[in-house]
Amino acid sequence: MKKQNNQDNNGAFKSRSQWASIWMRLKKNRMAMVGMFLLIAMILIAVFADLIADYDTLAIGQDQSIRMQGPSGDHWFGTDQFGRDVLARIIHGSRISLSMSIIAMSIAVAIGAIIGAIAGYYGGTVDNILMRIMDILLAIPPMLMSISIVAALGQSMVNLLIALAIAYIPVFARVIRSSILSIKDQEFIEAARSCGSSNKRIIFKHIVPNAIGPIIVQATLAMGATILIIASLSFMGLGVKPPEPEWGTMLYEGRDFLKQAPYLVLFPGGAITLAVISLNLLGDGLRDALDPRLRN
Amino acid sequence: MGKYIAQRLAMMVVVVFGISFIVFTIMNLTPGNAAYLILGQSASPEQVAKLEAELGLNDPFFVRYFDYIINMLQGNFGESYNTGLPVFQEIFARFPATLKLSTVAMFFAALIGIPVGVISAVRQYSFTDAVSTTMALLFASIPSFVMGLVLMLVFSLHLRWLPATGLDGIENYILPAITLSMATMATLVRMTRSTMLEVLKQDYIRTARAKGVDEKTVILKHSLRNALLPIVTVIGVDFGYLLGGTVVIESVFSINGLGTLLITGIRMKDTPTVMAAIMFVTLAYSLVNLAVDIVYAFIDPRIKSQYERG
Repeated sequence: MKKQNNQDNNGAFKSRSQWASIWMRLKKNRMAMVGMFLLIAMILIAVFADLIADYDTLAIGQDQSIRMQGPSGDHWFGTDQFGRDVLARIIHGSRISLSMSIIAMSIAVAIGAIIGAIAGYYGGTVDNILMRIMDILLAIPPMLMSISIVAALGQSMVNLLIALAIAYIPVFARVIRSSILSIKDQEFIEAARSCGSSNKRIIFKHIVPNAIGPIIVQATLAMGATILIIASLSFMGLGVKPPEPEWGTMLYEGRDFLKQAPYLVLFPGGAITLAVISLNLLGDGLRDALDPRLRN
Repeated sequence: MGKYIAQRLAMMVVVVFGISFIVFTIMNLTPGNAAYLILGQSASPEQVAKLEAELGLNDPFFVRYFDYIINMLQGNFGESYNTGLPVFQEIFARFPATLKLSTVAMFFAALIGIPVGVISAVRQYSFTDAVSTTMALLFASIPSFVMGLVLMLVFSLHLRWLPATGLDGIENYILPAITLSMATMATLVRMTRSTMLEVLKQDYIRTARAKGVDEKTVILKHSLRNALLPIVTVIGVDFGYLLGGTVVIESVFSINGLGTLLITGIRMKDTPTVMAAIMFVTLAYSLVNLAVDIVYAFIDPRIKSQYERG
């Protein structure tokens, strides 16, 4: 088994690009593929949510005549205390959770990349000052950081986004700095420089593509963590406000009916779990696929 | 060794000041006038101006920060806008519940997580390994409050085995502590498994086995001791997440701890309480990490030798 894989590495893999070989390794990891499949399905559901279930009538519209009905043929996941369809709310909730965590992570990656790149590229005092600031930010657990920012700025989706982005900036700054440090003194960078490549070309053609792997892994895993934080804050009444169909908000509203209608808690809880599992599976798989030590 | 500990202590002082500065800055972003919050919207401008002067709200930012720090070092975290009582009193009354809960949870997580991780690594690719890694993945992904509600539904509401709320007796700790420990347990299983797998591949393990050392000693003495360092790191880092996580768990199980105080404080816009609660938890986290750093010195011979030489 081991020998054959080695042959693959020496033979077939050689002609492929780095990304193609990472994809090959990822494809072999069944759990990662399950995670990716779930994630793609969830993204499709979020994108086409309006076609699957109408937002105004099913997810937001209240209908007292059908309140608190258990799962049935008409309402697969039942209805809540306002007669809203739980499935429709979960479907529309995927939009909020996924888009918020993607936006928050994009902001965190962008700002973290700038800080990490400056620290890694210039080194010395600049590096020292920036990284000590990041260390201090990291000393505050992300959940508490988010709570304190939301507490100060007030409860809103935008403030929650800012909170999550700030909480994760130091994480990415660190990852990016360390990848840049490990790359910038390597021979191929020196070779590129001696060939007369410009700084811009070196950064975008050589450093960025090589540093991007760890960032993707970290971003995937952090997205799962942010979905958890968004849901937790909403569950405590500090995140997304009702009547928005956010998953944590649904749990916040449903927990009072835990005994009579456990499905009000179980279905949105399941949705959060599924989203986080898919991101964790994919993130773990990507980490293994990107790690050259684990190539076999 | 003393030098190493002194270095860590010095570093912690810097971190604590940094944290206090960040938390103070964030809390100062709060829109609205604190004097109005205390006196109510019907207060006259004169009353507001008087209170503003008393609280030093008109002072420059750094002056206020400096005052806060000086007071904090004397154990004075200000008075609650809501009750008028010293915040420190309130915090001190609530903190033990939070600390106990997170310590019990951490103990739980380590007691189950580490052995399961070791077994998983020793029997890699076995059925036991598959079950424990799948469970670890599940535990890491289920939000704690969902887990808490499910456990409450099953064990309190249906089976009536355990109480659903409060923190009066030992039995009250079981559900919240299990809930809180899940994520850390999962991380510990995964971390222990992967480090053990790496250690078990090392040459010195092969040497030990070739010498005829029995398997139990190889695993417990030669492997686990060497795998312990990253495991201790996880315990330190995750303690912070546990302290943050208690906020949610306290809300699920209606526990009167620091988390509940924090959430009520946020709802009431009681800035001194919120700031003190966040500061307190973060400080506790830094202390735990300091302890972890010191534990390193005892379990990592590299640190020991580095400082004994110098």
